[in-house]
Amino acid sequence: MTRADLSEAATETLRGGPRRRRVRTGAVGRGVPLPLLVPALIGLAFLIVPLVALLVRAPWSSMPEQLTSADVWQALQLSLVCATAATAVSLVIGVPLAWLLARVEFPGRGLVRALVTLPLVLPPVVGGVALLMALGRNGVVGKWLDAWFGITLPFTTAGVVVAEAFVAMPFLVISVEGTLRAADPRYEEAATTLGASRFTAFRRVTLPLIAPGIAAGAVLAWARALGEFGATITFAGNFPGRTQTMPLAVYLALQSDPEAAVALSLVLLAVSVAVLAGLRDRWMTAG
Amino acid sequence: MTRTARRNHRTLQVTGAGVAALLALGACSSSDSGSLSTTSGSSGSTSDKLTGTVTVFAAASLQESFTTLGKQFERAHPGTKVTFSFGGSDSLAASITGGAPADVFASASPKTMKIVTDAGDASGTPVTFVRNQLEIATLPGNPDKVASLKDLTNPALKVVLCDKEVPCGAAAQKALDASGLKLTPVSYEQDVKAALTKVELKEADAAVVYKTDVHAAGDKVGGVEFPESADAVNDYPITLLKDAQHTDTAKAFIALVRSAEGQKVLTEAGFLKP
Repeated sequence: MTRADLSEAATETLRGGPRRRRVRTGAVGRGVPLPLLVPALIGLAFLIVPLVALLVRAPWSSMPEQLTSADVWQALQLSLVCATAATAVSLVIGVPLAWLLARVEFPGRGLVRALVTLPLVLPPVVGGVALLMALGRNGVVGKWLDAWFGITLPFTTAGVVVAEAFVAMPFLVISVEGTLRAADPRYEEAATTLGASRFTAFRRVTLPLIAPGIAAGAVLAWARALGEFGATITFAGNFPGRTQTMPLAVYLALQSDPEAAVALSLVLLAVSVAVLAGLRDRWMTAG
Repeated sequence: MTRTARRNHRTLQVTGAGVAALLALGACSSSDSGSLSTTSGSSGSTSDKLTGTVTVFAAASLQESFTTLGKQFERAHPGTKVTFSFGGSDSLAASITGGAPADVFASASPKTMKIVTDAGDASGTPVTFVRNQLEIATLPGNPDKVASLKDLTNPALKVVLCDKEVPCGAAAQKALDASGLKLTPVSYEQDVKAALTKVELKEADAAVVYKTDVHAAGDKVGGVEFPESADAVNDYPITLLKDAQHTDTAKAFIALVRSAEGQKVLTEAGFLKP
């Protein structure tokens, strides 16, 4: 799968799949061969059954008291704030990076692109360790941040944002880069021949052109940041109200109170579904 | 967390004195004694009969000493294999009640052991095999001059504690409560090793961990004992699990842990005798 395909696929997923309406009539009856249908349904069940199980095993009777605890709201609020901040950071530095990768020829571009996508496949804990080594109080860069500015990132909310952005930004970059490659560069060229600077052309022509791709990438990045666990607990630690996001709260609740963990998981699931569905309506279906 | 078992392996005499100790200890442990004496009853050669893999779920703080004991066990009983899953006692207990395939559970507190016994997953009654005391881990050389638990309440210090859900955190809280101190850490870590690691990486200035962990970290951290730790000594219970695959081998491993040989390894790691 090329990157363009990947972002296309991402966009389509958010859009509710490529236009299938025409073939829907009688598809099951006539056309779908059993060797494809059976594994497809197993695949569907595999992805959906665990989510249904959460609903089945949810402690519905004690749900109100589970969810009214201040800790839960604190963790949820922190999760939403941090995921949004991480998405904002990704937009500010990720979109230009995607533009660089898509539009500028430079030696080693392939390698740079591979490095950019690395956090996608890296275990999040490894990402957290790497961040500690780089930005920790004693880290390669963090040492100077601490000495010169008195800034230390571990154990702070900013640290959570950094960890989430590290893990989530590649989703945005890949998505935006794919859209940029698919977008016709001649519009930008036309704008520059008409006297616009390259930056103006980017701002006035390219950005509106690739807005759906940016939106899709931002949603993916936001969702990834919301669910981020490994890098966060490794790099930012766990302190209620400061660095304890929902996934951390779920993990620690599971150790003493599985019912609470299920309840918290449901909240996170509901929020994710609601936002993905809400954004889909606003940005995607029109396109 | 790469902490190599630094302890050099002592030559083992598990077959000789060890078996005698197994028998003696086996006889005291009420429910286990029966089948234990039938396995190791006749002589040292019967140890060959032990086969299979023993999967031991053990508290993170037991990592170094249990790894050593596992190697001793495998050498004493060729054909057996001891595999470990080390972690926070609470998450281990949750895994076991969730159906994880484990033969032996060694937890860092009776409370976490109770999760397993309450769920009916233990076989027999758990027995306390060691106790552990808290100690303050500081940066090497103790640059912040930490001398007491009270010093940790200094807001200029970054202190990490274990989460209250895991035994080391519960014990730390108990010690703090007992001395009437209020301490706001920068993080509640998910197990004792995670707390210690933050100090080893110099990201935190101090952590309240077990004496054994300070010991195991060698000169990567400094250790400061504090009197309040006496109020928060943790009992470590061990038990055979109901769904154990190789019951006899698992029992023999528990017996080794409780034997004189096993206790020697554990006390050298800084554990207290039960």
